[in-house]
Amino acid sequence: MKVTKKPAAPTWPLDIYNVFKKVGIRQIAYVPDAGHTVLIKSCHADKAMRAVSLTTEEEGVAMLAGSWLGGDRGALLMQSSGVGNCINMLGTIRECRFPLLTLVTMRGEWGEFNPWQLPMGQSTAKVLDDVGVVVNHVNDAALVGETVFAAAMMAFQTCRPVAVLIGQRVVGFKDWSK
Amino acid sequence: MATAKKSTLDRRVAVKTILGERGDTLLVTGLGSSCYDAGTLDHPNNYYMWGGMGGAAMIGVGLALAQPKRRVLVITGDGEMLMGMGSLATIGAEKIRNLSIVVIDNELYSETGMQPTHTSRGVDLAGVAKASGFMTTGTVSTLAEVKTWMPTLYNKPGPVFLDIKVNANRYPLSIRLRDGVHIKNRFREALLGSAAFD
Repeated sequence: MKVTKKPAAPTWPLDIYNVFKKVGIRQIAYVPDAGHTVLIKSCHADKAMRAVSLTTEEEGVAMLAGSWLGGDRGALLMQSSGVGNCINMLGTIRECRFPLLTLVTMRGEWGEFNPWQLPMGQSTAKVLDDVGVVVNHVNDAALVGETVFAAAMMAFQTCRPVAVLIGQRVVGFKDWSK
Repeated sequence: MATAKKSTLDRRVAVKTILGERGDTLLVTGLGSSCYDAGTLDHPNNYYMWGGMGGAAMIGVGLALAQPKRRVLVITGDGEMLMGMGSLATIGAEKIRNLSIVVIDNELYSETGMQPTHTSRGVDLAGVAKASGFMTTGTVSTLAEVKTWMPTLYNKPGPVFLDIKVNANRYPLSIRLRDGVHIKNRFREALLGSAAFD
């Protein structure tokens, strides 16, 4: 009998969680994305963190401005389609020079099957750059942890918004041709 | 839907009454008239928004979670609250215990030419808050009623939501403080001391 070995679960979500612990993230704001499933679960399970599910991503931008006002570090998790929902609120982040760490799992790029994901996915980096967010795009699972750490350092030490775009090549994509 | 009698309460009187009993409460205002109202009673524990419409309540959430021992009060307008109505669902679901939201509801977008908001056509923001799971909610339209709400706003377990119907009085822009970096840093330094600059 042929035994197929189940592929090992990717470690990058837990690499991110470990970075969160290292840099003292206490508030997590998120709109769920399949790519962030493991990370969201880990944050909910951590009593030192408060993970807040949002109705729309811009709520998280405002919430994390509030967290900084109160002395907490936070992070916003979302899918690339949510970036478009945040633009005006990101203007507040820029004008007040709030730090913002956001981790964006990408759709609408590498191997995408859903054409409706392309307009936002292909514009994500451009619109973030336009509104003054520093963008790091990571396409190698082994580099996700250190990229998030570097982004967190920059965000909290320079009081600037920094995004890490986690490529669809890392997250994986559905093969709908079958 | 029957149109309720128009309130005669002046927004500045309502805000002054509320902030007169603030103690060590941390205040977040929405943009526009709410910002100007609170600006006449400036305090280092005030964070004013001059933009980011729809975000005031959620700034209150992040602040309340970071400072669980302090009361956080959000004062905003009906137009601003309508733009962030989803945040009422988030706050109700999260049951933020130290958060109170006050909407100064003139039923108008007063910054942009006094166009009516949905609250002028029967949309009940306190009803939305109640249905979203807020612990205590209400709508009032007189100063006497506002006064009876003080212990609730500052002491009762939240989230608390109060909609205060006011008249259409507008005031000249009275607050000069509008540099966002300064507003943020002043607030953090007053609250966190030297840790604000770690």
